[in-house]
Amino acid sequence: MINITTNIEGKDHIIIVEGDVDASSSIHLDEALTELANDELVKNILVDGTQLNYISSAGLGVFMSYIDDFKSKNIKMVIYGLSEKVLNVFQILGLDQLMTIVSDKKEAKEKLHEVQS
Amino acid sequence: MISEKGLLRLTILFAVLCWLSLVLADIFLLFAEINEANAGITKEIPQLLLSLYIIFVYFFFKIRIQKAESINFIDLLWHVFSTGLIVSLIQLAVSLFFYLLSDSKLMQNPLMVNFFYHVNLGAVIIFLVSTFIVWKRLILYQKNKRLLIIWQIFEYSILASLLYSFFQTSGQQWMFNGLLGIFILYGLVLSFNLKWIAYLNFKQKWRSILLLALVILYLYYFVNNLFGFSQEFNLIMDLLDNVYILSIAGFIFIYSLISILVILFNLPTSSVFEQKISEVLNFQRLSQSIQKGDSENQVYDVLLESSNNAVFSSSAWLEIYQDNEPVEILKSNISDLKITQVRKSIQDSGIYAYLNKHKSNKFKKDLNLNKLATNLNDPDYGSVLVMPLIIQDRQIGLLVLLKDVSDGFNKEMIDIISSFVNQACISIENFELLTEALKNERYKEELKIASRVQKSLLPHSLISDTEFEMHAFYESADEVGGDYYDFFKTAEHKTAVIIGDVSGKGTSASFNMSQMKGVFHSLVQFDLDSKTFFTKANHALSHCLEKTSFITAAYYIINSEEKSISFSRAGHCPGLYYNSQEKKADYFHNNGMGLGIVRNERFEEFIDINKIYYNSGDILFLYTDGIIEATNSEGEEFGYERLSNYLEENSEKKPKEIQDGLIKYLYKFIGSENLEDDYTALIIRFL
Repeated sequence: MINITTNIEGKDHIIIVEGDVDASSSIHLDEALTELANDELVKNILVDGTQLNYISSAGLGVFMSYIDDFKSKNIKMVIYGLSEKVLNVFQILGLDQLMTIVSDKKEAKEKLHEVQS
Repeated sequence: MISEKGLLRLTILFAVLCWLSLVLADIFLLFAEINEANAGITKEIPQLLLSLYIIFVYFFFKIRIQKAESINFIDLLWHVFSTGLIVSLIQLAVSLFFYLLSDSKLMQNPLMVNFFYHVNLGAVIIFLVSTFIVWKRLILYQKNKRLLIIWQIFEYSILASLLYSFFQTSGQQWMFNGLLGIFILYGLVLSFNLKWIAYLNFKQKWRSILLLALVILYLYYFVNNLFGFSQEFNLIMDLLDNVYILSIAGFIFIYSLISILVILFNLPTSSVFEQKISEVLNFQRLSQSIQKGDSENQVYDVLLESSNNAVFSSSAWLEIYQDNEPVEILKSNISDLKITQVRKSIQDSGIYAYLNKHKSNKFKKDLNLNKLATNLNDPDYGSVLVMPLIIQDRQIGLLVLLKDVSDGFNKEMIDIISSFVNQACISIENFELLTEALKNERYKEELKIASRVQKSLLPHSLISDTEFEMHAFYESADEVGGDYYDFFKTAEHKTAVIIGDVSGKGTSASFNMSQMKGVFHSLVQFDLDSKTFFTKANHALSHCLEKTSFITAAYYIINSEEKSISFSRAGHCPGLYYNSQEKKADYFHNNGMGLGIVRNERFEEFIDINKIYYNSGDILFLYTDGIIEATNSEGEEFGYERLSNYLEENSEKKPKEIQDGLIKYLYKFIGSENLEDDYTALIIRFL
């Protein structure tokens, strides 16, 4: 159903989300994000959504709940690689206006760098 | 048909009549003999009357003794004993009479002697026949077909022997003896059917021996008495010449004797039989205790008590666990202090370690029962048997049985305790399952109520307006859902319509949905524009929604005076609008933000406000994402395009028909009628 892996590339933490994020599996996404939010060394988070097939409102709720949290901790988060369908879900809710969503990893890294500078 | 009671009375009547006629006939014959006159009746007449008397007595007891409802062996024997007692009393009275009048002339009168002999005869026949029937009942206890046939041959041929008396002549002594010999041998073979003895307990066995011995004593007395008469007096009718009477007397004697011997030999083992029977009964108690509505504790009590009795342990205790922690200890003849001491000894014996090993394995492997019994190094107890109570993979208790001798538990005992414990566990598991099922049933009921309450939160009737017609449809995947729609006429020509969806599903979603309804009905009164409505709604909801929850909604104000729709979108799926002039259905492209996502003043920046003017034939189609995200077996979503195409193709239909067709289309697409998400559609067609 869902598979979440966290990798570290230099200063960046990459969360790879694969599969479907629905009401029950969104808990795992929440756990992964909490871990990073509580780690003081984490400053940059990349969310790899290339393999994300579906996200339910509960899954969107998880991302939404970290927006303020990350802002206060000065953590930057960029989501990339979303399929058109999933991106549409983010856009309808309006989350694309609150979060940085880009098309690929390269752009995402640039975005992080740009925001940092 | 004559009732059983009537039959009994009838047989008594006939028996008495036969006996009286017999007495009369015999005395008449005797009188004729003495006076050397022709009596006018043949000798066969009294034989016939005697046979009839026997047959009526036989039928009487056959009906009467069969009537005994439950087979109680001691009662049956008691019946024989009491009949024998009455018969003996009659005989004693007759003897006393003879004794008192032995010198008088009266006693020399053969008529008088024969009369009293007939009294004895009648009484003895009653005893013999009734005892014969009781023996029949005992022999046929737990009968099979073969035994029944053998018995019936015996019974009917003995009855048939009554006929023999008619052809009897003195020269046929060898035939008489032969017939008697055959019957007695046959009776001897039948006498080894003694299954009833196994069901007697120790006390009942002793009583049976006593009663059977008395039967033999009676028999001796009666036969002796008959002999006495036969020797002393000239009898017109001698019972000792009757093969039937002698055969059943012999049979009764043989069966009594064999029964006494068998019971005597069974006495030493009777405690074992009693033990086995009590084990079976305890087993039944264990399995039935739950059905009777007893609590788990009663099962534990029965388990401890029956285990204790089954293996004759000196002390025992039963630990009851809850979540692997002992919560209660049921004790039998042991103190808390002693339990602590014995536990240490058990610890040394390694049984606990063995059990723990299995426990960490979640009891997947079968326990080696022989490893659960061991000798103890303890001053009071020589051996111990430890038996865990296991339901599936968890231990719910531990039974410890102690004996003062070493090697006190043999394999049979371990097996029976294991069976007891298993049965108790099954009972307790059933009890738990039943309780759980009841609880679930209650939750289901609660959910049904919640579902009813939630349905009642949605509007009951639709608004009728000269400007438009509308149709609403709602179906939730679970008992309660998170979809919401509502409308309100804010003025004569103004109608506010809202559709919403709460994040998540089920109960939590439905609670938030009811909050949304509260917010809608509070704010709609103020006739606000759609943007202000959402700003205020967001403000209110920011205080009540939990961190990860949000609500998406779309708000439409239909103004029939200026034929306009002004609307805003708060993160909800964009509305679908069919333009009848262009014959095209399109989604609105307005920006928005879900309620509860930005919980500060910045929210306002994300909300657009739009306005369009409608024409007759235009359709406003509002829906929730359940329609768009409905997925077929290949993982393909229904999507936006199918929906807009469908609306374009069905734009001429009435809202209800549009909805009916859509749900059919949707079900066909996903291949079943089971929705995974809530589904709401609100269709407004302008006139």
